[in-house]
Amino acid sequence: MTDQAVAGETGTGREVGRSRLRKEDARLITGQTTWTDNIQVAGMLHLAVLRSPMAHARITRVDVAPALERPGVLAAFSGADLAEGLGSLPCAWPVTEDIVLPDHPPIAVEEVRYAGDPVAVVVARDRYAAADALEAIEVDYDPLPPVLDLEDALAEGAPLVHSDKGTNRCYTWPLATGESFAAVRERAEVTIKRRYHQQRLIPSAMEPRAVVVTPLAASGEYTMYSATQIPHILRIMLATVTGIPEHKLRVIAPDVGGGFGSKLQVYGEEVLALAVARRLGRPVKWTESRSEGHLATHHGRGMIQDIEVAATREGRLLGLKVDLLADMGAYLMLVTPGIPILGAFMYPAIYKMDSYEFTCTGVFTTRTPTDAYRGAGRPEATFAIERIMDELAAELGLDPVELRRRNWIRHEEFPYTTIAGLTYDSGDYEAATAKALALFGYDGLRAEQRERAERGDPVRLGIGVSTFTEMCGLAPSRVLRDLRYGAGGWEAASIRMLPTGKVEVVTGTSPHGQGHETCWSQIAADVLGVPFEDVEVLHGDTRSSPQGMDTYGSRSLAVGGEAVHRAATTVVDKARKVAAHLLEASEQDLEFREGVFSVKGSPEARRSIQEIAFEAFTNHDLPDGVEPSINAEHVVDPENFSFPHGTHLCAVEVDTETGRTWIRSYVCVDDVGHVVNPMIVEGQVHGGLAQGIAQALYEEAVYDDEGNLVSGSMADYLVPSAADLPEFVTDRTETPASSNALGVKGVGEAGTIASTPAVVNAVVDALRPLGVTDVRMPCTPERVWRAVREATA
Amino acid sequence: MIPPAFEYARPESVEEAVRLLGEAGDEAKVLAGGQSLLALLRLRLAFPELVVDVGRIPGLRGVREEGGTLVIGALTTHHEVIHDPLVRRHAGLLAQATATVADPAVRHRGTLGGSLAHADPAGDLPAIVLALDGELVAVGPGGRRTVPAREFFVGYLQSALAPEELLVEVRLPKADGWGFHYEKFHRVAQSWAIVGVAALVRRENGHIAEARVGLTNMGATPLRAAAAEAALAGADGPQAVARAARSAAEGAQPGRDASASPDYRAHLAEVLTERAVLTAAGMG
Repeated sequence: MTDQAVAGETGTGREVGRSRLRKEDARLITGQTTWTDNIQVAGMLHLAVLRSPMAHARITRVDVAPALERPGVLAAFSGADLAEGLGSLPCAWPVTEDIVLPDHPPIAVEEVRYAGDPVAVVVARDRYAAADALEAIEVDYDPLPPVLDLEDALAEGAPLVHSDKGTNRCYTWPLATGESFAAVRERAEVTIKRRYHQQRLIPSAMEPRAVVVTPLAASGEYTMYSATQIPHILRIMLATVTGIPEHKLRVIAPDVGGGFGSKLQVYGEEVLALAVARRLGRPVKWTESRSEGHLATHHGRGMIQDIEVAATREGRLLGLKVDLLADMGAYLMLVTPGIPILGAFMYPAIYKMDSYEFTCTGVFTTRTPTDAYRGAGRPEATFAIERIMDELAAELGLDPVELRRRNWIRHEEFPYTTIAGLTYDSGDYEAATAKALALFGYDGLRAEQRERAERGDPVRLGIGVSTFTEMCGLAPSRVLRDLRYGAGGWEAASIRMLPTGKVEVVTGTSPHGQGHETCWSQIAADVLGVPFEDVEVLHGDTRSSPQGMDTYGSRSLAVGGEAVHRAATTVVDKARKVAAHLLEASEQDLEFREGVFSVKGSPEARRSIQEIAFEAFTNHDLPDGVEPSINAEHVVDPENFSFPHGTHLCAVEVDTETGRTWIRSYVCVDDVGHVVNPMIVEGQVHGGLAQGIAQALYEEAVYDDEGNLVSGSMADYLVPSAADLPEFVTDRTETPASSNALGVKGVGEAGTIASTPAVVNAVVDALRPLGVTDVRMPCTPERVWRAVREATA
Repeated sequence: MIPPAFEYARPESVEEAVRLLGEAGDEAKVLAGGQSLLALLRLRLAFPELVVDVGRIPGLRGVREEGGTLVIGALTTHHEVIHDPLVRRHAGLLAQATATVADPAVRHRGTLGGSLAHADPAGDLPAIVLALDGELVAVGPGGRRTVPAREFFVGYLQSALAPEELLVEVRLPKADGWGFHYEKFHRVAQSWAIVGVAALVRRENGHIAEARVGLTNMGATPLRAAAAEAALAGADGPQAVARAARSAAEGAQPGRDASASPDYRAHLAEVLTERAVLTAAGMG
């Protein structure tokens, strides 16, 4: 597909591909927007949640009465008080037929199963009174044993998270394709087996979660404002859980300050705020504190990965075997069980092989539930395969880039169906890698690395490689059916041509920092040939944008942006009919350029599409069959995922005396297909890198032996800032996706997926001459120091 | 989080502050820049009935000389300390270490006196003032008294200040002619030091005549590495410094937290002492 075709036959080509400043930013950076916590409604009450201080216990008594004595308190409820009429929080992705699906009450009634599980709520006139009154509630607990270790949890006789289920095993999901792994292992000259640990991560969106519910008692209607990624899905699920009819619920996601998957959720607090507002007939607000969020906003990752690779001496991969234990936490939330399965297809990555066997066993523990976190399953997969590729290269005495070159899908082999069954539509790993190596100065750094090792420099240089791909643009509905996902993967857009020629784009995506207003405006302006400034994008309100599947999984552009493109194309088609009437010409004789219809051969006969919008509104004599509207809507169900890829190279310096690691240079060349706004893509890559590097070096949700979250505040859970990160060198190759007309692939998660193994590979590469073959994430100074000490002891 | 309710007073003078503190007994907390107290309040780790905001008391801010002594008002902000020409000339170690505290926003609000009175062994400045052989001046109902830094830090988050006393100034003997360096080892820019080592070195005829080593986060209080200091006297080169640095953690009882174990901290203290002293001595 050529660039011209991307802009559309009718498009101007002026907007797509241009680094437009984001139209969202003026209101965001001047504080003129309304975050959920800023919303003030007359008579609004404040909800506070009392949480379990124990990982696992039976609740023997809850007395909320003392809280009612506190000043400013209007109501207080235990779980039992609220249980009636509230269903279980939903899990929309039961990945196997025999999955164990425990009941998940929005507030605990009989048993608490993680430190942070809600046990009671207070409703007060202000936030301070509510927080103070929580301390007056009396709860008696009968402690039960915590369940923390994934392997111990599966052992015979282990204490159970959900005793009524008789097991801590949630599900086992297998996949086996190609030859049997036993057979390829038999003929392999080299096999390597490793265990990697994906530590739990705490998604740290800048805006904490917040929810405001305003009831309209007379009509039984409720409006919920929530800092959510999924207003549409949330509305449906709230109707299911609370029994309030869907058409009486309006959900609004105002400007939302980041999510990274953590706001792809239906949270107990959303249900509780709605239930309390309904019961009291008063508006209710709940805003989480940061440390509360650490306990009660879902976590990410949390996995033990056993991975084995079989290969020839020349370094040709024969097969791959992966066995996962995935920490579900205490309950299954919206898509908890499916997260590791999203990774299942990505372990073979960009490599050709003859055998692939995968199993994932989901395990319940008495910890905060896990669910989607930027990359969701794919970072874990990419980490394991890219780490073991480096180990295999070391075993074979090959340069890690060369080993990858011997196994990757060559550009002329696309479309290519991988051993895992995905059909990669396009890619050019050779081009991205060549560009990255040149920008990085790979050979020079290797020479310096050797030189420093030879002279025994206590500060070692290490080089890490990650040639990643991922599947995003969730998702083709047929694939989701096969994976037992509870909905389709389509996205909707409509375009309203206002009579004065201005344009409203209504999208079902729900941006929370991505810049959809800017990008969708660029796409629509190009197709329609109208000024960028004449386009407004409406989103995040189920009343103005009634149909949508929301934003996650790097889906918005490839699916939602595509829907905007197609709807705009339909607007032009409809406008052509009106133009033909107005210009007294046949449709075939009309040309459409730069937003103007003209009659071939008589260029003076012309009407702009914006004039046609007005004519359609005012015209009295349109012919039969021509609608007096050029509005259009489109729902896109993607035919395939999109498969961004890239080559990331990281150079670290590791001080072997202290264990301190710092990134000396980081180069990435990403291929995300055609690019609508290069500046926004750059921003996504930078943020993604920061989060991937954070997993490699900094972040970890640490629990003690009793199941208490030790990293309960940002003093203990280290999120790196710009001061801790290097200057990134980013570049792109551009191999268009063939699965959508725009030729775009997702970019929201790419940096996170790619960077973690690049960094850890670099750390291990620096220390390999000392005998180190792995450092567990995050590679803290102490872990690095101990690895060096143990290897050199 | 949401802080618990408290009374708030903003005295206009030291005397008024001392009177308010005296009336409240153990139930009052002094608010200067808020760097540490606000976090404690918000996490509900402190429940004072009264917060005495001393931030607007005149005369407690700024730096002056008194002969061989530098006098720094307790309310002097970190930002002011870093940029003060007298501090830079006579107590460069303090300026260098203060520049590593938290982030620019905190350094514009946080104060030297507040950091010292908070007595957090993980804070950077207590070990610095200890290494500089500073003195702290407090005012209480009975008048002024001067406490040497060595006697000021008595326990974890505990200073020698009585509940009714207010820290008003910090007195530092001018360290003219001393080489200095602060080695702060932390995981991210805004986190506390896992270990920090402050070194002051006076050289004579190419060898170290005298060294002072202050340790951050190596126990319940900031410490002086006495054994290393003794061993450093007379050190004539990097090898001697390295040998002496091996006793840097002697007698220290560092704690365990999510970032480090006690033996790793002890190891870091040795490595960082060697590096800090070598840099301070110009031998690195």
